[in-house]
Amino acid sequence: MTKYLEIDHVGITFPTDNGPLTVLDGVNLKLDQGEFVSLIGHSGCGKSTVLNIVAGLLQATEGGVILEGKEVDEPGPDRAVVFQHHSLMPWLSVYDNVRLAVDQVFKKSKSKDERHEWTLHNLELVHMSHALDRKPDEISGGMKQRVGIARALAMEPKVLLMDEPFGALDSLTRTHMQDSLMEIQTRLNNTVIMITHDVDEAVLLSDRIVMMTNGPNAKVGEILDIDLPRPRDRLALAENPTYNHYRAEVVRFLHERHLQKTQKDDEDNDNDPSEPAEPVVRLVS
Amino acid sequence: MNHATTLTPSPIYERLNKLMAAFSPQKLAKSLLVPFVAILAFLMLWSVGASQVQTSLGVFPGPEKVWEQTKALWAEYQEERVKEAAFYERLQKRIDKAVAAGKPEEKIERLKNRKYTGKETFIDQIFTSLGTVATGFLLASLIAIPLGILIGMNHMLYAAFNPIIQLLKPISPLAWLPLVTMVVSAVYVSNDPLFSKSFLTSAITVTLCCLWPTIINTAVGVAGVDKDLINVSRVLRLGWLTKTVKIILPSSIPMMFTGLRLSLSIGWMVLIAAEMLAQNPGLGKFVWDEFQNGSSNSLARIMVAVIAIGAIGFLLDRSMLWLQKAVSWDKNAILR
Repeated sequence: MTKYLEIDHVGITFPTDNGPLTVLDGVNLKLDQGEFVSLIGHSGCGKSTVLNIVAGLLQATEGGVILEGKEVDEPGPDRAVVFQHHSLMPWLSVYDNVRLAVDQVFKKSKSKDERHEWTLHNLELVHMSHALDRKPDEISGGMKQRVGIARALAMEPKVLLMDEPFGALDSLTRTHMQDSLMEIQTRLNNTVIMITHDVDEAVLLSDRIVMMTNGPNAKVGEILDIDLPRPRDRLALAENPTYNHYRAEVVRFLHERHLQKTQKDDEDNDNDPSEPAEPVVRLVS
Repeated sequence: MNHATTLTPSPIYERLNKLMAAFSPQKLAKSLLVPFVAILAFLMLWSVGASQVQTSLGVFPGPEKVWEQTKALWAEYQEERVKEAAFYERLQKRIDKAVAAGKPEEKIERLKNRKYTGKETFIDQIFTSLGTVATGFLLASLIAIPLGILIGMNHMLYAAFNPIIQLLKPISPLAWLPLVTMVVSAVYVSNDPLFSKSFLTSAITVTLCCLWPTIINTAVGVAGVDKDLINVSRVLRLGWLTKTVKIILPSSIPMMFTGLRLSLSIGWMVLIAAEMLAQNPGLGKFVWDEFQNGSSNSLARIMVAVIAIGAIGFLLDRSMLWLQKAVSWDKNAILR
């Protein structure tokens, strides 16, 4: 049975000064259309690498990614990316940033007026219509991220890829952004892969949470189905035992990995002092 | 759902506030009074110090002497303009007379083509210098910006050009000048030259010296485009040209203008030396001629030129800074 998006035995090896480093080793994941999947794992486990391979920004050395039966081998607007650091053009206004993408993707299929309308529509979707002429420097971090999401949505992607989209925001803004994202997701039913460090965010937003093992040679550790009815309300869920159970499951997984990692680091340090420094271990909040 | 909206005062109100703040008594004292006192102190030190220095051309000129010569140079300029007007008036009369007498067409034409050939005054020389530096600088920018972009975009080109640029960058204009002079003399042969050789030699020497900061800074700006922005362009599948025009160029504009500004100030310094040696009738030649002249007024006249060179250099730099601020998207950068 073929799924909408298949990540099939994906592995990637980078050449380094200390010999080849296998970051991912046989990552398997299948997504249905309209599914919201979160990737969670410790820093440096290769979550971003998975996302970049799906985006086509990196080439897998083994296996591949198949979207609607076609292999992905280069970046394209059908897999729009929302970057952690908004990555808006600082010299373009909010409107022009989205318009740049709209013009590029729909230069043949939409007329000028239609592209204008489509740009406005997508900014409306993220509640940014009031700041069309502002430059990215003149708006807050949360607003920049909204524009980044509008730009990605405006490409009408088959898959929306989000790399810790709210990681750089304060927690209050983050909650607002999560609510916005859920609202948009209900309306558009996008297929989404989101990387996150935030357990609550993962449980609240996802249909499935994919927990990755520690790198190098990272693979999919466990997959947790989040069977909570939508629309979800964060206040009501705070008291919900199922929600708290899921939350505890993710925390348990991450904590076990954390212990393994520390143990492994200690052993490695005893045996081989020349081992390259591991990425910083950060316990998720 | 408007939680992300922040309340901001209207732009007009903001501007008015800024304007009011700029004219507050404390601000005025700080921005006008302090520099004024400093300049006064400097003039006094100069006056006292200069009177202690005896040269073969008399006492080193103090501010009063320099001011006197400034007025004299201005008077010379005006006198020359009066002479010029008188010349053209006489010429017009001769032309009218010739026309009335039914003289042949070609003779009248020859009269009409006569130009006033009076002596170059200080003011004329300033304009010659400005024209020469502008030519050299524009020529350098036309070469340096495209080259900088290419070098910044391509690692191979960068590796190829970098050692050459680093080697050529520190060369003094005085070392280039003899070579440029010989090459211009050999290559630019014309019976009816559009430009004088001294002008070309000076302008090209300026070009050679102000290529490098623009090339280097443009290349650094282009190479340093945020990787995320490049990724955005890859996701959007922007073509090479669109990517360059829409992302790489705007992104590197602040660095490019930093380079241009450095280039212009170097160019202006180089120009004075080049004009001295190439005898291009600008400020450099003025200084050299006064030095050779050796009259009792020479030192004061050179000081006038020195101050003019400083003032013009300052104005050129300020206008580049203004331009840099106008085109730079990075409004947070502190430019001074």
